[in-house]
Amino acid sequence: MSTAANPETTATPTGTARRSGTVPGSGPTQEYTHAKPPRGAALLSLLAWVIGLLFALPVLWMILTSFHKETDAAKNPPDLFAPLSLDGYKSFFDAGPWPPLLNSITASVISTALVLLLAFPAAYALSIRPVKKWTDVLFFFLSTKMLPIVAGILPLYLFAQKVHLLDNIWWLILLYTAMNLPIAVWMLRSFLAEVPVDMLEAASVDGASLTRTLRSIVAPVVMPGIAAAALICFIFSWNELLLARVLTGTRAGTAPVFLTGFVTSQGLFLAKVCAASFVVSIPVLAAGFAAQDKLVQGLSMGAVK
Amino acid sequence: MATTTADTTGTAPALGQPNKAMQRSGAWARRAPLLPALVFTIVMTQLPFLATLVISFMNWNAYYPDERGFTGFDNFARVVTDTNTRSAVIVTILLTVSVVLVSLVLGLCIALLLDRKFVGRGAVRTLMITPFLIVPVAAALLWKHALYNPEYGLFNGLLKAVFGADAPQPDWITNNPLIAIIAALVWQWTPFMMLILLAGLQSRPLDVVEAARIDGASSWQIFTNMTLPHLRQYIELSALLGAIYVVQNFDHVFTITSGGLGTANLPYFIYQTFYTAQDYGRASAAGVVVVIGTIIIATAALRTVFSLFKEEQR
Repeated sequence: MSTAANPETTATPTGTARRSGTVPGSGPTQEYTHAKPPRGAALLSLLAWVIGLLFALPVLWMILTSFHKETDAAKNPPDLFAPLSLDGYKSFFDAGPWPPLLNSITASVISTALVLLLAFPAAYALSIRPVKKWTDVLFFFLSTKMLPIVAGILPLYLFAQKVHLLDNIWWLILLYTAMNLPIAVWMLRSFLAEVPVDMLEAASVDGASLTRTLRSIVAPVVMPGIAAAALICFIFSWNELLLARVLTGTRAGTAPVFLTGFVTSQGLFLAKVCAASFVVSIPVLAAGFAAQDKLVQGLSMGAVK
Repeated sequence: MATTTADTTGTAPALGQPNKAMQRSGAWARRAPLLPALVFTIVMTQLPFLATLVISFMNWNAYYPDERGFTGFDNFARVVTDTNTRSAVIVTILLTVSVVLVSLVLGLCIALLLDRKFVGRGAVRTLMITPFLIVPVAAALLWKHALYNPEYGLFNGLLKAVFGADAPQPDWITNNPLIAIIAALVWQWTPFMMLILLAGLQSRPLDVVEAARIDGASSWQIFTNMTLPHLRQYIELSALLGAIYVVQNFDHVFTITSGGLGTANLPYFIYQTFYTAQDYGRASAAGVVVVIGTIIIATAALRTVFSLFKEEQR
């Protein structure tokens, strides 16, 4: 295959000139994205399946191991068909995971609610009734997301120490709110931008108040956006380790902090660790699969739809 | 007609004052919904960083509270000359660049594979995003204990299952600590790249691609001359967003090696300097260094987001 073609002109002229030459000569190896020969297509589909399974394999392995007895989990070579057992889960739940799990739920749910409460009006003021220089404000929000957490963690720690907020779940909730607010503002704005503005004008002519307009015209259109933003914020709060590790202790410690302290004992613990990792990941897996279609938008902060 | 004109001209000066006031209150009514979020963000993200900046010029170690005071650029000089810090800077760069590059290339190949209709495409996509939906600490624990462990990890288990009892049983983490962390991170970030690039591929105008195909362009020509240029922005975006997250990575370094074996990156180094060594001044100076590095990436990232954003507004 010749690559000498000038990229600027390939689009039509070179393509047409090559028509006679390329079509008969194009074998299955050249077909990159749209393989027409059924055999090549089947191979590519098989490859996709193999890669997908390879990527999921560690997770599947984690789930399988979590249902094995410790002695079977530590076998080498591995015993796939060892008898299933709930021992791993039993020893995980015996280790007292409920306080940290409840802390994680509290921190994630309340911070997500606070984020939405702050982000929704802000997104409104950046799309439907935009303030002056609204793009600047929008990009300011995004830039704060790019400031690494380590750059501010010491003052956050010292302040909490001074006002006795260390090991207090509310301090973590406030920080998670700040951490996720930019994502939510961006996501909600991109949804609000699709609200039919003439409908809003009609409502304001009819004398509807701001809250009424928000509730009855805007909210229904952006409900999917709110749901997606909520799930993304939930996932990020649930996953967070550094702030929780530094700012909480025995009382307000979250599930990720609990996980880091989980592997201290000697002896066999693989099934227990796999059970713990799986249980702690279940909410994220559930939220992620539920938000699958909106995941891209959330991760790219609304830049990609 | 005449009366109305007279009316408006007559009342205009009188209205001038309230009009301006109304305009101003209108502007404030527009701003009001924005202010809580804006003020909250400034207080919670900008103030701590300003404090870090101030502390970075101080000699402040919690173990020696009496020596607290300003020292100018001493901390920065120590950050630059200290071998641990320099190694942390290098590790951070190595980690970020390799994770982003490898997961970007893998993500692009997989996105191309998934940008075709085939049986079970949705299922494969779901399988692919699973790694991204494991809590990072849990993923790091999974790799460290269930996969890398030399005695009962899956990797050595598979080696034994395939090559028999005298198969090599390497100690993956001790032999290549940084690569072990990179592999675990690539596993989690490839789905992220794949998702954004797949969204980019699917936003491609297909009629133009079809036209080119009818005109006899080969798939490779279509890929290099049409798909890649279209994907450029998406590649940039996923690389830069990925870089912003990976630069900050703490969970994997903390869990897999605890920063040992020469794998301490800057976030871990800062955590250790301030949390364990209680050297607040030096930790803050290192924090400022991270921010400077991030600003360079972030400026590029913001520019990319902005160009996508402008495109969408059109």
